[in-house]
Amino acid sequence: MAEAAIELIGINKSFGPVHANRDINLSVERGTIHGIIGENGAGKSTLMSILYGFYHADSGEIRVGGKPLAIHTPNDAIAAGIGMVHQHFMLVDNFTVIENVILGAEGEPLLKTSIARARSELQRLEREYGLEVDPDAVIEELPVGLQQRVEILKALYRGAEILILDEPTGVLTPPEADHLFRILGMLKAQGKTIVLITHKLREIMAITDTVSVMRQGTMVVTRRTAETTVEELAELMVGRRVLLRVEKGPAQPGEVKLSVRNLTVKDSRGVVMVDDVSFDVRAGEIVGIAGVAGNGQSELMEAIAGTRRAESGTVELDGRPIDVTGHADPGELRDRGLAHVPEDRHHVGLVLAFEEAENSILGYHDKPEYLGGPFLNLDAIHADARDKIAKYDIRPANDRLKTANFSGGNQQKIVLAREIEQDPGVLIVGQPTRGVDVGAIEFIHKRLIAMRDAGKAVLLVSVELDEIRSLSDRILVMFAGRVVGERGPEATEGELGLLMAGVEKREAAE
Amino acid sequence: MSAPFAKLPRWVDYGLIPVINLLVAFLVAGVVVLLVGENPFQAAGILVKGAFGKGQNIAYTLYYATNFIFTGLAVAVAFHSGLFNIGGEGQAYIAGLGVVLVALNLDAVLPWWVNFPLAIVASALLGAAWAFIPAILQAKRGSHIVITTIMFNFIAASVMVYMLVGPLKPLSSMAPQTRDFLEGAQLPRLGWLMEAIGFRVRSAPLNVSFLLALFMAWAVWVLIWRTRLGYEMRTYGFSARAARYAGIGETRIIVIAMLISGGLAGMMALNPIMGDQHHMSLDFVSGAGFVGIAVALMGRSHPAGIVPAAILFGALYQGGAELAFDMPNISRDMIVIIQGLVILFAGALEHMFRPTIQTIFATLSPRTMGVPAAKGGGA
Amino acid sequence: MDALVQILDATLRVSVPLLLACLAGLYSERSGIFDIGLEGKMLAGAFAGAATAAVTGSAWLGLGGAILTAVCLALVHGFASITHRGNQIVSGVAINFIAAGSTIILGQAWFAQGGRTPSLEGPARFEAITLPGAEALRDVPLVGLIYAELISGHSILVYIAFLMVPLTWWVLYRTRFGLRLRAVGENPAAVDTAGISVTWLRYRAVIITGVLTGMAGAYLSVAQNAGFVKDMTAGKGYIALAALIFAKWRPVPAMFACLLFGFLDAASIRFQGAEWPLVGKVPVQLINALPFILTVVLLAGFIGKAIPPRAGGVPYVKER
Repeated sequence: MAEAAIELIGINKSFGPVHANRDINLSVERGTIHGIIGENGAGKSTLMSILYGFYHADSGEIRVGGKPLAIHTPNDAIAAGIGMVHQHFMLVDNFTVIENVILGAEGEPLLKTSIARARSELQRLEREYGLEVDPDAVIEELPVGLQQRVEILKALYRGAEILILDEPTGVLTPPEADHLFRILGMLKAQGKTIVLITHKLREIMAITDTVSVMRQGTMVVTRRTAETTVEELAELMVGRRVLLRVEKGPAQPGEVKLSVRNLTVKDSRGVVMVDDVSFDVRAGEIVGIAGVAGNGQSELMEAIAGTRRAESGTVELDGRPIDVTGHADPGELRDRGLAHVPEDRHHVGLVLAFEEAENSILGYHDKPEYLGGPFLNLDAIHADARDKIAKYDIRPANDRLKTANFSGGNQQKIVLAREIEQDPGVLIVGQPTRGVDVGAIEFIHKRLIAMRDAGKAVLLVSVELDEIRSLSDRILVMFAGRVVGERGPEATEGELGLLMAGVEKREAAE
Repeated sequence: MSAPFAKLPRWVDYGLIPVINLLVAFLVAGVVVLLVGENPFQAAGILVKGAFGKGQNIAYTLYYATNFIFTGLAVAVAFHSGLFNIGGEGQAYIAGLGVVLVALNLDAVLPWWVNFPLAIVASALLGAAWAFIPAILQAKRGSHIVITTIMFNFIAASVMVYMLVGPLKPLSSMAPQTRDFLEGAQLPRLGWLMEAIGFRVRSAPLNVSFLLALFMAWAVWVLIWRTRLGYEMRTYGFSARAARYAGIGETRIIVIAMLISGGLAGMMALNPIMGDQHHMSLDFVSGAGFVGIAVALMGRSHPAGIVPAAILFGALYQGGAELAFDMPNISRDMIVIIQGLVILFAGALEHMFRPTIQTIFATLSPRTMGVPAAKGGGA
Repeated sequence: MDALVQILDATLRVSVPLLLACLAGLYSERSGIFDIGLEGKMLAGAFAGAATAAVTGSAWLGLGGAILTAVCLALVHGFASITHRGNQIVSGVAINFIAAGSTIILGQAWFAQGGRTPSLEGPARFEAITLPGAEALRDVPLVGLIYAELISGHSILVYIAFLMVPLTWWVLYRTRFGLRLRAVGENPAAVDTAGISVTWLRYRAVIITGVLTGMAGAYLSVAQNAGFVKDMTAGKGYIALAALIFAKWRPVPAMFACLLFGFLDAASIRFQGAEWPLVGKVPVQLINALPFILTVVLLAGFIGKAIPPRAGGVPYVKER
């Protein structure tokens, strides 16, 4: 009946060893709102980047309006009527709205007529779609919600018939998000086709006509939204994976080691990333924070570990406060027994250019056992590094090898060995098995359980739900900066998936 | 993102590529020689002879190299902390005041082996002081250190001109320079050292500051790779985020690195002032601060590379002086061109040859490419 | 009164090379390419200009030669910075050295006059132009004097230089090219996603830089002076950079900044050794250093914040 506005046939894309898109087939009907849902790393953004001409697919075909089309640059996409509203806005902050809209679509060498034409066109677009915004306002002075409207106007101004929105509500307040949905509704009424990439089930159910689920690079299923439920989608999104259950005894939680109260963290743009979060972590337990990436977990971890300043709230370690809103010193926190395995081992947890032994003391390089006066005690450092290599089975067993030469799993083991062997009272771990091979995953999981059994408090943040379920004694789910639910490890994927996608069950678990 | 340091064997990274950069620089310089109407090969020959042919020439070469070791180390120390100190020229210039302070006041009173250490401290302190403001402005205000250090170079020039035509100039003379130092502020020559190995050295100004330079090269190596501070500097230089994670204070590193850098540049002043001319005159630095940039880039910021690179440029200076006799069209300024070309190829275009070399290596001997690069590596 | 007009007159002349170099830097830096090499390009342009003028006997051909040379160096900088994504500061520093050395060597080799080019005479030099009615109006009180002394009587490059200011303003804020140029220096990703080539845009900016620095150099050696003298730029390229920062990368303030620095230069020569009220004798070196001191004070944030183009100095790599 309704023809396909876009068809993607057999799209494959790999980045080195990472197969981001596997044989994707997608058909988007004209005049509908089509949602694409999936966790981070599912391949949604890659797919859309191919459609917009940023990347070239390794194989496969794109059809727009039924005709095969080669899209090599954003220009090709724009010419085909495809417009994209990026997750991180492509706006020039010190330009006005109108200047941003005409950038690339000026029409002639002198701006005077371009701007005049744009002005009248913008008025029309604003009327038709409810995208009111002052054309002469400067972008950096606009609230984020209005900035997003400019992104949409940019695409519409260039004649987009097909609009792709990539995680549009990440930076919006709920009322702003609702207003966006109204606008999308108006666009659809005018015959535009909309592709909405999101991990939030509420949005999918609220405004989409069709939804496609992606998981780990593949297109799992496409359904009419009316014919499915949140539960079904949640399950499809996180998948029925074989659980890597680690053998473990029951937890025996002791005193509260880490206490977080009303923690609020904003990012550099002033957007609230962690919203009034409170929880405790006790000795001898693993608390897992589940959630799709970008819901504030990273900022939460960074604030507690002292590498990011918090807006307000308190954090106490062993009953004594950490200066999270002021000048927290990661070094001092280490002295107090807080160890941190950061999410980004490449740029934060390790210095890739360093030798393995040099990385094995990163953060602890001021400890007397590694020093002799102002000098590094190389003998002690190397002996210690070799010790850790043996204990953690780090390969190749060469403490003088440049860290960049180690595989992801071994790099992660270097970080873990370093943090765990300092015998901290509290260990904060982020994405411990990202980019890590299966063998190392099991090893790392065992280590974390061992920490817990030794009476340490472990705070685990991971986007891998099965990892959270397999390791945690308590699971907190974060969505849009808040802890939306707490469950035990027996909670089902579906249940957790719903929470992760922003759907709150009426019956709160106690 | 490519991880070039993972793919090529060390000797290629530290040996082959710099040599290739240098060769290309010389090639282009050869073109300039042709443009001037001379024979590049002939010129090269005269240059080499002029630099190493006689004992005296070698001594002069090493004398010039002394300057460049200091300034090269200065730039290198800053580079390791991720900072570009272009202010070595000005820092060395101002440091002259420190040297002169000691020399003019104590040259009649104390022997050289007391004045020398005092002058070392004075020159280092002043050089460091001149680097302090740019450092603190970068750390606290985010003011781009490259621009501030360039500005400070010019300010230094103004200050020193004022001092040398004014307060420091003896009333009886017209020349913008201080009075000549007495014996107590004259550094002993090293001629005897070379004569002991059979070279005739005559009046070459190679002096004990050369030994100081070598010592500082070793000291810098110890600092950067064997001390806790050096570890922290390197961490910050590679990754400011990792440094933050490791509890390394950014301001502290920036300031300390620049102070050390300025101090090293400052020590350069000892060589011409106390070791050669025995007075301070206008522009005694004469570009050594900038040569230091080329030397640091060529030597990959490692003392083991800086010393040979400094000697190379010393040879260019000395050989260039000889060359200017035989080929008057090619003056000392040829060195400036080569310096610029080295900086261009070793600095801005350093990765220009890498892909080709990587391909050559990959096809010729895949094994030497070593362990395959890290897998996965996250989202 | 006479003295004031004389100083202002000298100010205008001294400011011209600064102004041209400053505007040159403006195009480059607004596009996101830091250019420390203004000095080198200006010097090379000065040499090439004087050499060409001496050989051909035509000042205009000299100007052409200057522009061509400076553009070549600018393209080297562009090649290193844009195509090879190299360190822009290092590249700029390198070009300064290459220019400094080459101009002296080639100058000595080709003209054998100790590094200078032969003196330029007649059509080989840009002469002063007397504007119509200048002599007649000279005696009109105030306005006549200003017209006759200050505004008339400069070489054509002076007029071109000052015309460049409104022209640059117009290009930057009223043309498509200017819009895109400013955009690429703030957010190259936005430009890229709009389907515009970041590379080509930046290369064009860099070429314009070459043209303007070439003109600045030609002014020095073919208009202001009667030939090239070694190191004749004497730091003007850096002062131009300082003026650019001082002007916060905008054309009209840039003109005022250059005039200010030019005034300091002219005044320092005029008032050398003179006594000032309250302060006494101000050392000429302090006046010479004033532009640099002022720039540092500005960068320290004490005279307002100097926020460079956001993408300045950072090579553009498409996000992966």
